[in-house]
Amino acid sequence: MKTRRDFLKQSGLTAAAIAAVGTLSPASAMAGLIRTAAVEMPPDDVVRALMLDAITAAKSAGASYSDVRIGRYRNSIVFTREQQIVQTADLDNVGAGVRTLVDGTWGFGATKTLTRDGVVAAAREAVAIAKANRIARDQPVQLSPVQAYPNATWKSSFTTDPFTIPVEQRADLLLKANAEALKVKGVRFVNSGLLFVKEDRNFASTEGSVIAQTIVRVAIPFAITAVSADFSDFQTRTNVVAPAGRGWEYVLEQDLVGNAGKWAEEAVQKLSAKSVEVGRYDLVLHPTHLWLTIHESIAHPTELDRALGYEANYAGTSFVSPPEKMLGKLRYGPEFMNIQGDRTQEGACATIGYDDEGVKPDQFLIIKNGIVNDYQTTREQANWLKWWYDSQGRPTRSHGCSNADSWGTVQFQRMPNVSLLPGEKEQSYEDIIAATDRGIAIVGDGSFSIDQQRYNAQFGGQVFYEIKGGKIIGMLKDVAYQMRTPDFWNSMDMIGGRKSYELGGSFFDGKGQPPQINAVSHGAVPARFRNINVINTGRKA
Amino acid sequence: MSAPKRLIRVEQALEDGVLSSADAQALASRILKMSTADSADVFVNSNIANNLRFAANQVSTAGSVTDINVQVTSNFGPKHATVVTNNLTDEALLAAVKQSETLAKLAPDDPEAMPDLGPQDIKTVSAWFPSTANLSAADLIQAGLTALTPSRKSGDLATSGYLVVNAGSSALANTKGLFAYHRSTNANYTVTVRTSDGTGSGWAGAEHPDWNQVNIGEVSARAIEKARLSRNPVAIEPGRYTVILEPQAVGDLVQLIGNYADARSSDEGRSPFTKPGGGNKIGEKIMDDRVSLIADPFDPMILSQPWDGDGLPLGRQVFVDKGVLRELYYSRFWAKKQGKQATGAPTSFIMTGGTTSVDDMIKSTPRGVLVTRLWYLREVDPRTILYTGLTRDGTFLIENGKISKAVKNFRFNDSPLFMLNNLEALGRPARLAGTEQGGAVVVPPIKVKDFNFTSLSDAV
Repeated sequence: MKTRRDFLKQSGLTAAAIAAVGTLSPASAMAGLIRTAAVEMPPDDVVRALMLDAITAAKSAGASYSDVRIGRYRNSIVFTREQQIVQTADLDNVGAGVRTLVDGTWGFGATKTLTRDGVVAAAREAVAIAKANRIARDQPVQLSPVQAYPNATWKSSFTTDPFTIPVEQRADLLLKANAEALKVKGVRFVNSGLLFVKEDRNFASTEGSVIAQTIVRVAIPFAITAVSADFSDFQTRTNVVAPAGRGWEYVLEQDLVGNAGKWAEEAVQKLSAKSVEVGRYDLVLHPTHLWLTIHESIAHPTELDRALGYEANYAGTSFVSPPEKMLGKLRYGPEFMNIQGDRTQEGACATIGYDDEGVKPDQFLIIKNGIVNDYQTTREQANWLKWWYDSQGRPTRSHGCSNADSWGTVQFQRMPNVSLLPGEKEQSYEDIIAATDRGIAIVGDGSFSIDQQRYNAQFGGQVFYEIKGGKIIGMLKDVAYQMRTPDFWNSMDMIGGRKSYELGGSFFDGKGQPPQINAVSHGAVPARFRNINVINTGRKA
Repeated sequence: MSAPKRLIRVEQALEDGVLSSADAQALASRILKMSTADSADVFVNSNIANNLRFAANQVSTAGSVTDINVQVTSNFGPKHATVVTNNLTDEALLAAVKQSETLAKLAPDDPEAMPDLGPQDIKTVSAWFPSTANLSAADLIQAGLTALTPSRKSGDLATSGYLVVNAGSSALANTKGLFAYHRSTNANYTVTVRTSDGTGSGWAGAEHPDWNQVNIGEVSARAIEKARLSRNPVAIEPGRYTVILEPQAVGDLVQLIGNYADARSSDEGRSPFTKPGGGNKIGEKIMDDRVSLIADPFDPMILSQPWDGDGLPLGRQVFVDKGVLRELYYSRFWAKKQGKQATGAPTSFIMTGGTTSVDDMIKSTPRGVLVTRLWYLREVDPRTILYTGLTRDGTFLIENGKISKAVKNFRFNDSPLFMLNNLEALGRPARLAGTEQGGAVVVPPIKVKDFNFTSLSDAV
């Protein structure tokens, strides 16, 4: 298909990026990272005037509701391998997207032309599309209430804007870390990179909001490969650092140079690790691993659009459906299991001041004491659960989960940060291992695959340790576990306390058609799962 | 209120249309003239995309997006850097060129940097179809109604789908005089129909640059039929089965081989095509001799860009010829280092087929499983291209030469390399409607033995 993604694939930029970082869920959403431009947006008062022009044009063309997003989306990347640079690129893309609701039907028009004529044409196009599609809609879209924020601003949590760090300083840090990894005998290759994202998001709606926000995020792909002397095996240790909604200070806190040797040792140890024996084991899952299991088996199935069939043609539906049979009823896990959705969490990837419908997000418990308690929602979707919120004495309002990955894509429900809250007892990963007689501890996220309703999943990892009698007795390889979501979470019998809580996450969660990416974090504590089916993935034929 | 616009505006403006070859070349020249680097290259990409989504028997979102991107790379000896912008004012383009030059000077040396290519002999692929370019928003919704109307009338089906039509052009130019241009349209339609009782789900899709070759009504009807057939699936034991994979399922898995067909990683010892002891497996038999894997942008079922990101012309390339690994991808740098010819990075994937119809494959199967498509494929072991994933939207048991019942979906753990060594029959190749990985893919349906299903899924 002739898309921007193909163009960038051809230009070689995404190839380097994909080599360095994995992607989450459908396909290579990574391509969306490579976005594009090089000059500032028009000054603030011009942006405000253009936004008002767009929604005024939509109204006069017949829209009952309209919102407009004028955004500047910047990426800066440095990729290295071993002792050399692979790619340095700055990407900058500016434009406007106008969404309209006409007679209960959505339309969307987007343009890179930031002039009055440009945004008005996009608004009229959006209205024309909505009118053309009215024929295929018999239930009009209704939006839940939102407060107006006529003059709001917000900035994400960073102290040093990573875009101010000179490219040679970024490359120097990576090459020094690579050198430390290459010092370890058996290590042959290192691929590392720094990915910076900066978004200037402006929003206005016919509800009376005008909002300006600045968001910064950083990711640090780092992969170390060891090859056996006789070329019979190779093993990689990767996904060593979580991405974050923070600045350059976060990069420095990771101490890449100080830690690279340890990660390299792990890659080499994997070559001689014992191949796992298939069977049932107790699994002790470190937060650097468990975040991804939470993402796939809890966060995705509790997206309300999925649960109601709106993603059936691509990402799929959900076993947590229909909501009337799930809310307050489905036992997802033990009493001590609490899962929170939260786009207000400082330093997390999905954190924002106001979502792409002008909603201020809140904290909400998706799983409360082990029972399904809520879904992720937008303004359109919150109304679908009004019966539940009324029964609970809670207001019917969006949780602020509307998001678009660019001015050129339409906003829809995307995942907030979804996290496993710590247990009451202050216990650590090591404490849980000490309490385990026979099991496997898994550190870091690896291979992952889950069905379209989020029942059956298979997860690998980065580093696997055999536990016997409360102690780690050696490293394993070729480990993956297969599970059925409700059985798995109900087998959880120990979780860590507040001090063991860590954030993991991804820049590249894919959903929607056309596919969009979303950056998201997941907080987790270490946890133990009983009697889980472990397979050996080291087949030769 | 204006009428819904045609996808391609009649009065084509540089700022928001699809750039012609002359327009793209003029824009690229404007940019290259600003360069003060040793050498520079420019990509110019313009695209208009109109899409329609529907779900739960309703249209959900639809939109139209126009964009033009410019990507400038400046080179100073072994130093290079890239800047991408969508602002086409002289001021912004100059800023982009300067920024790329500043970054390039600051960047460490790239010892693998290759000099830009001079003019190349690139032939044109005719991938532009007015039948696609002239579609309106009203045309799209009429197409969507071929699935929505029967589903709504039925009372027991819920339809969701996606129709996207693109028109665009891409161009590459550099200060050494290279200019490459490709213009294309594309139409892609996929639809998933689920039964209201939640027990059945069917999928179908089609894609082609020419709208007239996308049979919308047939796709909608096929998804509805699959949904009904797949109701009330029964559980059968996971294990090794004879499996008939429809083209979509074949493409999902076989296309992955392309990701590993890189000479460098093979030579470096980190690929399934690494020879034990060192070097790569070119010349070795790696799969059934009925299989050839080819790239060809000129194939009428493909019509993809006939040049790669370096501007190398792409013709017909045979990677696997009758089961024997004949070629791996050599980048310009690796080719030079190894004394080989650079291959160019392919823009298409073709697996040759045979003449056995899916019906005949079913008739010849005493017991087996028919798979419509695969889902969520992820690498489990890069040494063998072992992947895991699941069946989806139509999985059936075959008994005594007939489809006997719908079965629950399976998780598999298997490799396309293993699978193409266990081949029993091949059918006629078809163009796919988009694998998880995307791109232009043409593959046949196949029948294989001993496909490895490792667990059951309750997912419908």
